[in-house]
Order: sequence, then structure tokens, then C-alpha cells
Amino acid sequence: MSKNPIILEERKSFVLSNQKKQESIIDCEKDSVSGAVSQRACVYCGARVVLNPVTDAIHLIHGPIGCASYTWDIRGSLSSDNENYRNSYSTDLREEDIIFGGEKRLEAAIDEIMESKSPKVIFVYATCVVGVIGDDLKAISKKKSQEYNIKVIPVQSSGFAGNKKDGYKAACHALLELMGPKEEKEKDYFEINYLGDFNLAGEAWIIRNYLSEIGVKVNVTVTGDATCEAIEKAGNAHLNMVQCAGSMTYLAKQMQLKYNIPFEQVSFFGVTDTAKSLEKIALLSGDKKIIERAQNFVREQVETANIELKKYLERLKGKKVAIYVGGGFKAISLIKQFEDMGIRSVVVGTQTGKEEEYKKIKELTEEGTIILDDTNPSELEYFLRKTKADILVGGVKERPLAHKLGVAFIDHNHERKHPLCGFVGAVNFAKEVDLTVNSPVWSFIEKKGGEAYVYEEEFYTLERQSL
Amino acid sequence: MLNYTTKEIKERSALVVNPAKTCQPIGAMYAALGINKCLPHSHGSQGCCSYHRMHLTRHFRDPIVASTSSFTEGACVFGGKSNLSKGLETVFELYNPDIVAVNTTCLSETIGDDLTEIIKSTNLPEDKVVIYANTPSYVGSHVTGFSNMTKAMVSHLAKKERDVPSNTINIIPGYVEPSDMGEIRRMLKLLDIPSIMFPDTSGVVNAPNKGKYEMYPEGGVTIEELKATGDSKATVALGSFSSKEAAYELEKRFDIPPHILKLPIGIKATDEFLMSLLSLTGDVFIPEELEIERGQLLDVMIDVHHHYHGKKVALFGDPDIMIALTEFVIDLGMIPKYVITGTPGKEFERTIKGMFEKADLKECVVKAEADLMTLHQLIKNESVDLLIGNTYGKYIARAEDIPLVRVGFPILDRVGHSYFPTVGYKGALRLIEKISTAILDKYDETCPEEDFELVM
Repeated sequence: MSKNPIILEERKSFVLSNQKKQESIIDCEKDSVSGAVSQRACVYCGARVVLNPVTDAIHLIHGPIGCASYTWDIRGSLSSDNENYRNSYSTDLREEDIIFGGEKRLEAAIDEIMESKSPKVIFVYATCVVGVIGDDLKAISKKKSQEYNIKVIPVQSSGFAGNKKDGYKAACHALLELMGPKEEKEKDYFEINYLGDFNLAGEAWIIRNYLSEIGVKVNVTVTGDATCEAIEKAGNAHLNMVQCAGSMTYLAKQMQLKYNIPFEQVSFFGVTDTAKSLEKIALLSGDKKIIERAQNFVREQVETANIELKKYLERLKGKKVAIYVGGGFKAISLIKQFEDMGIRSVVVGTQTGKEEEYKKIKELTEEGTIILDDTNPSELEYFLRKTKADILVGGVKERPLAHKLGVAFIDHNHERKHPLCGFVGAVNFAKEVDLTVNSPVWSFIEKKGGEAYVYEEEFYTLERQSL
Repeated sequence: MLNYTTKEIKERSALVVNPAKTCQPIGAMYAALGINKCLPHSHGSQGCCSYHRMHLTRHFRDPIVASTSSFTEGACVFGGKSNLSKGLETVFELYNPDIVAVNTTCLSETIGDDLTEIIKSTNLPEDKVVIYANTPSYVGSHVTGFSNMTKAMVSHLAKKERDVPSNTINIIPGYVEPSDMGEIRRMLKLLDIPSIMFPDTSGVVNAPNKGKYEMYPEGGVTIEELKATGDSKATVALGSFSSKEAAYELEKRFDIPPHILKLPIGIKATDEFLMSLLSLTGDVFIPEELEIERGQLLDVMIDVHHHYHGKKVALFGDPDIMIALTEFVIDLGMIPKYVITGTPGKEFERTIKGMFEKADLKECVVKAEADLMTLHQLIKNESVDLLIGNTYGKYIARAEDIPLVRVGFPILDRVGHSYFPTVGYKGALRLIEKISTAILDKYDETCPEEDFELVM
């Protein structure tokens, strides 16, 4: 193992050690190196995770069965009513469909849906093979829309046609297609759309409640616990509030063009960001009452949360965390949240972060923090050991890696079991970090984390520290 | 929750709702992990590899590593040759496996990449091996993929180097848990039979925690062993769907007689497995340890038979496991009301129907290439006492208030399956414990106050 480079020559520019004095540019927003064990997913995956929480739509996956199987009930998105989205619909393409084209099968599948259900909307997702055999999703969708007088909306999400981010975009296009015209009548109250919350563990409900407390109405959440009808009316809001920047900034921009709705970036992860975001929204409403209510509400909530958080801070202070998540925005908000807990971020990486996000990450982290784009298990392992991180934040594939290294793990992805956003989420998060990092289980691993190894000097040293 | 399934059953020809199967490449990846120091490589888009790793990681809760050709639009237009060549070079440089097992995806199959040619023209390190299997996702299921990669192990590596076959017996354990593969090996050891088992994921996907990360844990069949399978005197293939192709390949190439058996799940199938092995070696005695285990199993079966006898059960999952399980539940006196697999294959329906007829079970239903919506609808029409299947069964279990015993792949919400076997007498004992406990737990939860008792 030690003979091999830990970091491939081609990957060196995607790895950075934070040096404040020098100008830093990390390579990002590029294709992965073939053969690397990338943690990235595909276009289809991006589209599915964004659209799937639309509760009363039929999500029909046009392709071989795998694509539908692996994404069946992909997120713990909760619904206040319809749960149809938690079923998995597929055309289960067979060999003859690949040879003769899958269009007939797709039409038949839509007919079979209509025989037993009466959906208003069917999203038809294109998968890799559908893109290659060239099924005309647009034409079939149009035909079936007319035939049944419903909306059949194609999602152009062939897996190979870019990366996960392009899938977000495909989902945004589908959502735009669903959105109807703006109503002309003026509203006498302040109403916003909340973009980029998928209601994992009921998170969107928490934020809705906060906003309702300060007198702000939510028109629709995109896409957590959204119905097709609510999305159709998305054009009626005064403001778009964007939480998941990676997936929803594009939609916000398009809605600005289409409906003249301005948008603002918010984050509800951590006490500080939640407080700031609520105050920001209140200010944007221009309504004195809302501003006042927001100030009072935030003051109360921060106070309560801090009392709760205090219980954990002593037990967490001085720990070190490694972060490897999907988007840059989440990484940024996690760095801040950990800082609030007295935990230093020693490794920060993302699958699809953008240049400006990496700049921000560099600004927020300390000298020597390792910054990674599209990393792989070998690099992660190396830097976990090198930095002697106590905690890894990541997705499902990173969990057992951390565990094998004796490093505590936090899932900040699909598998969260309780809300991590808002004031209540900040407390949950601290509680969860405490639960894992201070578990007695680690004492059974003789030497924890990075110390289990004798250091091998020939390992790659960061040559690009000057970056 | 998820209670949207209606009672009325309509024939569907194009629409699958809630699949009871998944695609070939993941099965190929799982089989590949059963070779020592092997890195599976997925020739297609990143998403496939990512999903397969995610699914296997969730099931085994161990680091599952595989590389990908990372197809983009360019690869679809110009073919994936450069992606694979470059990918393989990268893999050996960076991860240093002894062997790479490449599986195709629906994308690389459809654009028609010629893997033989690409691999031949790639500059590989001399001492390294690359094998591959064609695993289009639109044919068969994950079980087919497992079978194809297992067959590829033979077709790429097996050799005949001796004039007279060795005493060794090839064992193909089928698409089962690492714990099952470990248990099969234990039984072979007790019988004192020299064997080569492939694939063997025990020790790979249920590796012990040593406080460090090992990309290639100790387990798995070695390349040397795979080569030597061509010199063995017989092949015992467990589960015809996942294992027979590799056994036939050994017969075709080296004239090694294949013995296709059921997976040794349940008392009868385990008896058959052991007796077949004895007949191959000419021995007549079962080791005492196995005699004791069988006796203990039988004792428990007798002690608790009234709990499960006559109970109706719905089973769904992979064909080999379902075939063996159906036989077992019939032997327990249960009624296998519905037996469903997502994997295509008329052979499955024929085999299970034969079991129904033999046991004079008239109103039981078997379906291959079916989905869980169909199973749910059947249950809505006439309910059962117990559901046996993978994690996806929990949606039906909750909607219909039926206990679920988790057996098969994938199990994403419980632990134990990769450590405790289902095969052999020990496995049968564990199955009885699970079945009986599930039924009694349900009874305790729902029975009237006057029936609630300490001793059951």
C-alpha cells in the first residue's frame, strides 16, 4: 500500500492545504478521473432527490429496474398527506425494449398507471440507456398529457449527461414546467417560497412554524411535502428563500426571470445561521411588525437553545471534525455550526462544490485545514489519520470507513433520523455529535483513529501547500 | 403509510411498482468482492457504481469499494474504451489490487463496448489480472449478475494442470450472506473435505474491526485457488439461479461433473447437501458435531411446532433462497400462501408448483418476475400470518399489520444477517427462532388480557 501514491498526480490540484498568506485556487467543477473511487452519483440521482418529495405526483422511472430500485424511498422526506411518492414506479426495460426502443413500453406503463390511479402529474425520468436509445420522452409526454388531460412531464436526467448538479437542473426544468402563471391580484400579507428543503425528518415543517411565528406565510416548499397544486402556484410569492443552494439557485434565478420574484440565500443549520436567516427574511418583508416579532422570537429561541447546547459544549470542546458532503453550501454551514460547538474543522471536502464556495471554506477554516474536491476513500482515510480527526461528517458510503478507523460518524445526508435544522435541530445536532463521539464503544479500539498506524514517511506530503 | 395499494388486481405488462429485484451489476459487484484482493470496477456512469456501493454498504455496514469508468457524454459518442483503459491504469496505480473484476452496465452494453478487446489493448502490470462479465441491467436481475461474474471467474481463470483430478471439490455457495459462506465452509471442514469455495465474501464484507481501514480484508477466494478449480474432481453448485452457470462452465471446459443442489436452507436441504458431499467422497459417516446440531434442531422443531404449524406465510426474494425457504416452511407445517420473486424464470414457478403439489397445497400462489405491489394486493385479498423477505417488506408489513422476518437481500434496517447464517442446521435453528419469535411477539402484543400468559 505504501508504495502507491495516496493522491494521484491528476488529483493533486483538487487537494489543498489552507495557507492564508497565499492566493489559493482549488480545482473543482470538473469530471472525475476514470478509475478513481469517486463518491459522486449521476444526473438521474440529482433529479430524483430533488423531485421525489413531491408527494402526490407519480414518479415513473423509465429505464432498467436498478435506477428505480436504488432510489425507492430515497430520502426520509415526510408528507402531511399523500404518500404516493414513497412507492417506486418503473418501466423495467428489458432487452427487446433496448433493441426496438422503449417508447411503447413507456406509453403502456402510463396507461397502466391511469387504469388504477388518477394522478394530476406524472414525472417521467430518463435514465442512461433511454438517452442512448433515444426514446422521445418529450413527444410521448405531450401525447399522454393530451390523452388523459393531466400533466406528464419529462425529466431529462440521463445519468451520463453531466453530474449530479445537472440532475438538479433537470429537476428545476421539470418544476418550471409544472408552475402555472402568476395571479394578478395583490396580497396584503408577506408570502415567500421556501426552496431547497426536502422535509427530511420534518425539517421544512419546523421552518414553516418559525416563519409563521413571525408572521411570514410560506406559499410552497420546494420540494419537501409539496403537492403538485402548490407548486403550480409558486409564481405568486413575494420572495424566494433558498436553503439548498446547490440544487435550487438555478430555479430561483429562472423564477426571477419568469415571475420577477427576487431570491435570497438562507441557512437554517446552526443557531447563528438560523437567527440571521430569520432576521434577514423579516427585514426583507419591510413590515415593522414582522421585524419586531422576528427579533423577539429569535432572542427567545437563541436563549433557550443556548441553555440546551451548553449541556453538550463541555463534552465536545476541542474535538476535531472532518467534513465530506455533497455541496459547498452545506459544508460552509457545518463549519460554522461546529465552530459554535468549539469543534475545529480539520478536513473539509465536497462532491460538487463551486469555486466561490471553496473560497469561503478557505476563509472560514484555519491554517493547515485540508480542503478536498471529489475525494475518494483512500484520500479520506489518509487525511483522517493525518489530522487525527475525531468525527467524520458524510454520507452513507463514508460511515463504515470512519467506523473502521475508530472515528465517530455523523450522517448529514439522506439518512438523518431527526431534524437537524433550526434551533431545535442545532440542539439535536450537538446531541448527536455527543452521542457518537463520546460513546464508550471507541474505548474498545485499542488505539483510536490515526494512531493505529505507524506513520509511513513515504506517504504523500502536500506539495501544493503554496496554492 | 404506503397504504395506497388497492385490492383489485389488474394485469400489468409494462409497469413495475415496488420492485422485488434490482439490476445485474450489483450482483456482479458482490460476487467480485468474494475474490481476495479484488477491486470491482463498474464500466459505465458514476451513478451506477455509486448506487451499488451505497446499497451494499447499507446492507453489510462495511466499506464497499469499487471503481468506475465515469462515463460522460463523450464516452457515449466515442465508446468507453479510453475510460476503461485509463480507469484500469489508474486503479492499479492507486489502489494496487491483485485483480480487477469489471462489470458492464446498461450504458456500456448498449453502446457496444468490446471488453475483451479493450482489456487486451490496455497496458496492465504483468502480475495483475483483469476479469470481466457482461451484465446488462435490462436482462435478468441482480441474481443473474452474480451468476455471470461467478461464471467469469471460471472462464477467465480456471485451468487444468493435472492429468488426474485432485481430491478437491469446488463449492459455489450462491448469492448468500458472508455468514452463510462461512457456515458452508465450517461444514466442509467438519466433513474434512478439501474444497475451493467461490466466491467467498466472508471476512471481506463482514470484516472485523481492527481500528484501521483495510481496502482488501483477508477473506475471499484467491486467484491461485480459482485457477485450481479446473483440477477439482467435482463441483457442487448451491442454488441453480446463481450458481449453475459456473458449474456448467467447469464441466464444459474441464469435464468436471456438476452437482446442482438447493441452497442448504432448512433441515431437508441441509441433509441433501451433506449426503451429496459424502457420496462424492465415498464416506458414510456424518461427523458427530453435525449429528448433534441436527438433533438439537429437530428437538426445537418438535418443542415449538404448534406455534407455527398451519400458519400462512408470504415469501418474497431471490429465487434460490425462496425455493429452499418454501421447502423449509412446508416442512415446518406452514402454508406458503404466496411465493414471489422479481427475477424472471419459469423454472422458479415450476419448482415451487411442484412443491405445492407434493404437499397437497391447493390455494397457494407462485409468481416469478412479480413486484411487491402484486404481493401486497394478494395479501389484501387474503391475508397471511407472517411475511418473510427483505427490508422492503416492511412497507407491506406495516400497512397490513403482519410480522416480518427479514431474510434475503437487501436488509437495510437490521443487523446480524452478515454474522449469523441462515444455511445449515444452525441456520435452520436461527430461522425457527425468528419465525417463532415473530409470531409470538405479535400474539403477545395483540391477544386479549385473559390469554396473556407467562409461559407459551
